[in-house]
Amino acid sequence: MSELASESSARSRPLGEPAGSTATRAPDVEAAPVPLPTPRRREPVLEIRNLNVDYGLGENAVHAVREVHLTLHRGEVLGLAGESGSGKSTLAYGATRLLPPPGVISGGQVVYHPRDGEPYDVLALSPRELRAFRWAETSIVFQGAMNSLNPVHKISQQLTDVIRAHTPGLSRQALRDRARELLGLVGIAADRLDAYPHQLSGGMRQRVMIGMALALEPQVVIMDEPTTALDVVMQRQILRQLVGLRERLGFSVLFITHDLSLLVEFADRIAIMYGGRIVEEAPSAALYRDSLHPYSHGLLNSFPALRGEKRDLTGIPGSPPDLRSMPTGCSFNPRCPKAFDPCDKHLPPLGPPSASPAGSVRTVACWLHPTTAPVG
Amino acid sequence: MTPSDDTAVLSADGLTKHFPVRRGLADLIARRSRAVHAVDDVTLTLRRGRVTALVGESGSGKSTVARLLSQLYPRTGGDIRLHGAVSTVKGGRAFRAYARKVQMIFQDPFASLNPVHTIRYHLTRALRIHGNGGSSKKELEEALYALLTRVSLTPPERYLDKFPHELSGGQRQRVAIARALGANPEVLLADEPVSMLDVSIRLGVLNLLRDLKERLHLAILYITHDIASARYFADETLVMYAGRMVEGGDSETVTQRPAHPYTRLLIDSAPDPDTIQGSAHSLAEATPEDKAGGEPPSLIAPPSGCRFHPRCPAAMPRCSVELPPRLTVGDADGHWAACWLYADSEVKAS
Repeated sequence: MSELASESSARSRPLGEPAGSTATRAPDVEAAPVPLPTPRRREPVLEIRNLNVDYGLGENAVHAVREVHLTLHRGEVLGLAGESGSGKSTLAYGATRLLPPPGVISGGQVVYHPRDGEPYDVLALSPRELRAFRWAETSIVFQGAMNSLNPVHKISQQLTDVIRAHTPGLSRQALRDRARELLGLVGIAADRLDAYPHQLSGGMRQRVMIGMALALEPQVVIMDEPTTALDVVMQRQILRQLVGLRERLGFSVLFITHDLSLLVEFADRIAIMYGGRIVEEAPSAALYRDSLHPYSHGLLNSFPALRGEKRDLTGIPGSPPDLRSMPTGCSFNPRCPKAFDPCDKHLPPLGPPSASPAGSVRTVACWLHPTTAPVG
Repeated sequence: MTPSDDTAVLSADGLTKHFPVRRGLADLIARRSRAVHAVDDVTLTLRRGRVTALVGESGSGKSTVARLLSQLYPRTGGDIRLHGAVSTVKGGRAFRAYARKVQMIFQDPFASLNPVHTIRYHLTRALRIHGNGGSSKKELEEALYALLTRVSLTPPERYLDKFPHELSGGQRQRVAIARALGANPEVLLADEPVSMLDVSIRLGVLNLLRDLKERLHLAILYITHDIASARYFADETLVMYAGRMVEGGDSETVTQRPAHPYTRLLIDSAPDPDTIQGSAHSLAEATPEDKAGGEPPSLIAPPSGCRFHPRCPAAMPRCSVELPPRLTVGDADGHWAACWLYADSEVKAS
């Protein structure tokens, strides 16, 4: 941990140092986005290790995220699905240290692998290093674009603010050019640069937010329900654009949503959270065709199909768990149609199911599919 | 199915609602008054024991239709008929009598229940106001129990004295449904009843509504933006775009063989897990509809002719001039689309 931290400071110092870094960063910003070399598969960029997040302290603490292991690989879209209260947003905010009090990270590591240099633990960064890390390495698109743009500032100013903060000393013209380029990237005409947020439609505002997230060409973009407030037509357009941008710019996306049907189509891999833990993680096709955890199965069966045969669906009986009084054993056991003997006594570890064929890359936490090699 | 299955309970004919826009100086000088054309010429019929879905994007006017039907808004034009008789009420006793027949369920169960009152209070009020509370304490208690049992909140005594914040979203929406049932209505107007709920419990609430429809022969208007749930839940589906109805018919027909270009766009945009491939190739390729751009028009100055024509991949010169009437599509009974593509049949539906 300490060794990681020292490396991280060595790595992030040039970024945090305004005067010296301008010269090296400026051409970067002015140049058109250069397509990165094709991402190598399975190379981690963000590793969440054994992360625990509580709300409150001491005995009354609510454990919102528990022992989560999650790895985001270079250039992939990792979907994080779960219902409200499952801890998916808390996980993202905890991993980026954006958690407002009373949220406390009570354990774990978040290891970030920069493009060049040694990996470091985000949780151990000093405030100054953190400021340099944020947005330049990891950016976030929040749920309500309507609420995340400042209504009294023009789009251009909000876009340039972030660039100015990270690379001071750029000329006004260079900033404006970059802002124009960012708008072009997300398909908004450059003449909207001087518009105020209220003059744009919801979809355009969300695009501006995505453009802003890409302003410093981060390696990781976290999207917290970015399309929930939008209509399906707009949602599809924005996702399509996002896929195109990812192919051009090569960033990785952690996509948080409750809409599993969307993820199945759009993500490379999907992790499903329930009651603060990851219960299953698998490539999206494998998850859709053959979900192992009964909760994943139930969730997939909660979406009526638009095509194909019409089936009677039931959803999942019961209510999502109360984090203040979690059931013992597997937290899904009170709602689980397949619950059996060990479920309410022992917590199933997350790991590759022992019955699965060799070389498969999925993990599950369920006693129906016991694992011999738990993660972490 | 009962013989009285197809009785029309509530119908709207040419329903129109324009919201006035505050006039600026320029408007005053030019002596013009502008309005948001939220709903124009909407005609629909809710039948006993049937679910009618109204599908549309936000801003298409679907919630305004619900509020007009519940007479929470006065209408600009058109008729609302309850059992065939034109009904116009403005508050007071007449409104109460109307509300006894037509009840509404709102989208957000976190906002539609009063946080300082218990479930007992909410339901008692609904029962008393509409005269279903009985004459004694015992009868009231029985009615309360019956209501909660009907929405599957059992055992009732566990929920009666709880406050809304002690219940989950799904349970709260069930309470809201129970409250609407307290009036013993014939029509339920459900305005996005499940969109605020967790995914895993949405179907539970929809299945409950369907069960109620069958047992109490309710006519239900189900307003949603999710066309897949309309297919699942509704018998009939109507599609709205920019304040006008563009297509209607049997749910299965509308979703499987959409006729209007807008309905097609809507269905093509819905997430489809069956086209999975892992790295989103289907998303990367642009469909012709994509070129249409994604913005519904301004309703202050809606496009002339068909309101979808600026985005329509199949637009013809005629579309920007003449408003298309309801034209039968002809592949199934009662399937119509307001689109000139179907003009060759030249048979006007209804």
